[in-house]
Amino acid sequence: MVQRMLNVGRIAEGFVLDHIQAGRSMDIYKYLNLDQLDCCVAIIKNAKSNAMGSKDIMKIECPIDVMDLDILGYIDHNITVNIIENEEIVEKRILELPKHIKNVIKCKNPRCITSIEQGLDQVFELTDKENKIYRCRYCEEKYLGL
Amino acid sequence: MRHLISPLDFSVEELADLLSLAQDIEVNPEKYAHSCVGKKLATLFYESSTRTRLSHEAAMLNLGGSIMGFSSADASSAVKGESVSDTIQTVSCYADICAMRHPKEGAATVACQKSTIPVINAGDGGHQHPTQTLTDLLTIQNLKGRLTSLTIGLCGDLKFGRTVHSLIAALVRYTGIRFVFISPDELKVPEYVRHEYIEKYNIPYEEVIRLEEAMPKLDILYMTRVQKERFFNEEDYVRMKDFYILNKEKMKLAKEDMFVLHPLPRVNEIAIEVDSDPRAAYFKQVQYGVYVRMALILTLLEISV
Repeated sequence: MVQRMLNVGRIAEGFVLDHIQAGRSMDIYKYLNLDQLDCCVAIIKNAKSNAMGSKDIMKIECPIDVMDLDILGYIDHNITVNIIENEEIVEKRILELPKHIKNVIKCKNPRCITSIEQGLDQVFELTDKENKIYRCRYCEEKYLGL
Repeated sequence: MRHLISPLDFSVEELADLLSLAQDIEVNPEKYAHSCVGKKLATLFYESSTRTRLSHEAAMLNLGGSIMGFSSADASSAVKGESVSDTIQTVSCYADICAMRHPKEGAATVACQKSTIPVINAGDGGHQHPTQTLTDLLTIQNLKGRLTSLTIGLCGDLKFGRTVHSLIAALVRYTGIRFVFISPDELKVPEYVRHEYIEKYNIPYEEVIRLEEAMPKLDILYMTRVQKERFFNEEDYVRMKDFYILNKEKMKLAKEDMFVLHPLPRVNEIAIEVDSDPRAAYFKQVQYGVYVRMALILTLLEISV
């Protein structure tokens, strides 16, 4: 029997995001604005996982200071973030819920000033950590999910 | 530099100072008559208002200052598509302080991010109306002699009524406060107000459908108008607007020292016959609104008299 193995090359500097819920890697691609970065990104969908059954993995080759990973804590705090320097894992970051989320999610309240004001940042504040509740900085409307 | 965007921008201690200043202004108006000479208040009203705009303007004029501004979006550059941020940066060059009303929620927060003068939120959509709250607090303080140990009934549109939300947020910080919410199911207090203020501060409350049921328990009855402009559909408005009408009969059920407040304008939720009842305090409330806005302008401009 031939064992099928998928090989994706090592990265010199950047991030490996592991244990992403299967199927969510494209969401993360979007929320991290990776389309705007001129860097090498590998997305592995539906990889086999003993713990999760299947999972997604992302490898992002970029300087580690250019990316704000806080949003990952909001999307799924179970994601493992490995920080790579010189082809070695130098840190495994524990994700926490970010206190603010800026220009990632949008307020859906049609009465909110963000619906008409040009050039205004979309900012959400963590108002209840226990229940993972974020509210729009301007109208205080609760955000009901990605 | 300070702004007033939410009723929680002032601590309980700062509010006590502000209310005390307002009380001194009421007693000694001549002492403050020239305290803002040379200062200009801009009233930026993107939405129509009688009381709030005139009250701010009267407050500044009573202090010896001048006023300028617009009273509808049509009379401003908003009609040309100018943003709130650009408008406030422009107005900052003309005036020393501004009061802003805008139909969109959070507009005043946007304004204070770019403003170089103090911004008073004079109402942002269905969100906050802090100067009305200051008025309400001064009225309660003056009539009852305290802001603690009170059962406050809030009646009518508790869902869209911004004055109600702001008043709840301010009152939960005092001890011994208890609320009775009197509204139809469709117009109950929204979830965020319940969660952020009432439950967070562990405030006892009950919800009732009929005004008669609540009357005997109350120290203060805060009536609100069912506002047509907050509804998406006219049929719902017509069906609900007459549910909660205060009249002489219902007043008979209330305590002798209960007071009725209303942010005004009223439509028909308080019968005219109630006006002659000594417990009807809504026009006194209007007068207190001027005193408290005078105190607010002095405080934000950091003028001591």
